[in-house]
Amino acid sequence: MIETDILIIGAGPTGLFAVFEAGLLKLKCHIIDALPQPGGQLAELYPKKPIYDIPGYPEVLAGDLVTNLMEQIKQFQPGFTLGETAETIEKLEDGSFIVTTNEGTKHLAKAIAIAGGLGTFEPRKPILKDIEFYEKEDRGVDYFVKDPEKYRGKNIVISGGGDSALDWSIFLSDVAASVTLVHRRNEFRGALDSVEKVQELKSAGKIKLITPGEVIGFKGSERIESVDIEVNGARMNVVTDYFIPLFGLTPKLGPIANWGLEIEKNAIKVNNALDYQTNIEGIYAIGDVNIYPGKLKLILCGFHEATLMCQSVYQRLNPGKKYVLKYTTVSGVDGFDGTRKEAEKAVVKSIE
Amino acid sequence: MANDVTITITDREGISHEVQAPTDMNMNIMELVRAYELAPEGTIGICGGMAMCASCQCYVLNDFPLPEKSDDEQAMLWEAFNVKENSRLGCQIHITEDLDGLEIELAPEA
Repeated sequence: MIETDILIIGAGPTGLFAVFEAGLLKLKCHIIDALPQPGGQLAELYPKKPIYDIPGYPEVLAGDLVTNLMEQIKQFQPGFTLGETAETIEKLEDGSFIVTTNEGTKHLAKAIAIAGGLGTFEPRKPILKDIEFYEKEDRGVDYFVKDPEKYRGKNIVISGGGDSALDWSIFLSDVAASVTLVHRRNEFRGALDSVEKVQELKSAGKIKLITPGEVIGFKGSERIESVDIEVNGARMNVVTDYFIPLFGLTPKLGPIANWGLEIEKNAIKVNNALDYQTNIEGIYAIGDVNIYPGKLKLILCGFHEATLMCQSVYQRLNPGKKYVLKYTTVSGVDGFDGTRKEAEKAVVKSIE
Repeated sequence: MANDVTITITDREGISHEVQAPTDMNMNIMELVRAYELAPEGTIGICGGMAMCASCQCYVLNDFPLPEKSDDEQAMLWEAFNVKENSRLGCQIHITEDLDGLEIELAPEA
């Protein structure tokens, strides 16, 4: 069982910055995210897009902001459960919580901070008959490549025209027995060097490219044996062990919608007059996932909410203890890793 | 206001809304839909208007001289579902005085 002071659900910018603010208060954090890497929307949707409204950054790429946030919190050694979704929650008699993921990983936390942004990112699924059957119990449809070794020596069909489809086609061409990339158009919208690499691998016979084409059905009783592909109005069949549709992600509030939290407009209602706590004591919601009168879904508002949430958790865990707000310029930062950051002391020199 | 134009938006329930859209706020159709709350929160404009999610896909119902699709918009529509000949991304249509009388329908949520 993973134990922590604050369990943060969501590794977007708000969740990551909460680790820093918690660290200043000597509170340990652990983060769960459904995506395989931290950064949330910034990393998944638009890492190369500039953001202009982060204080102190006239312009910063979304991916660079994530990198900087990760560097900023490194000293507080947060734990990560990535690629898993927070599924169930149990409140214990002492006020702490056990959160279990879809993979069965258990987390014991004194407080929960939901920083889930727009929700759990789920794959956009192609509208295909029986796809729900094949996506269960390793029957051949995967929406994420979690472990490339799973595909070693297998026949793979990948569908999509963006970076994910291109990148995994390139990567798996060295691992799989065969890789077939199917896209509705001849043009791809991924990075230019990825497109060129796919072109090279196609010429070298390591990737089979089917464009303009679209997977329209499956064959196989127990698991996938082949996919039907429509190409220029004609139909062809390609033998495969796995079909990996990569059409991007769409956010859903996910299992946290069933936790008994007060939901309004697909967001979690919080007490914004005080500390962004939900209707369940000990569970907070910060960043884009929450709603209150006057809410603005901006990263900097999430940072603010994360700060107040941490102060509230500190008071909750240390009742009666007087906390004096400190400024890092004065008090410095003591990392959990033993590091100490503080300003150089002024030189004392007598004046004659 | 003199700057407002009238745009008719059919929501995902099939209900038609005639709304007044300002032309002096650099707004786009996706933002207009959000401003009038014509789709549930969190279901439209997910990527913030960067032509990267297609949640604001709409069908243009009448003949208007809309700006050409950018490469980003075209590419996103190639990957989206429920795409028709008259599909556009609402986030890529900026509201100008030329759009007075525009009629659109929100594409199904995908």
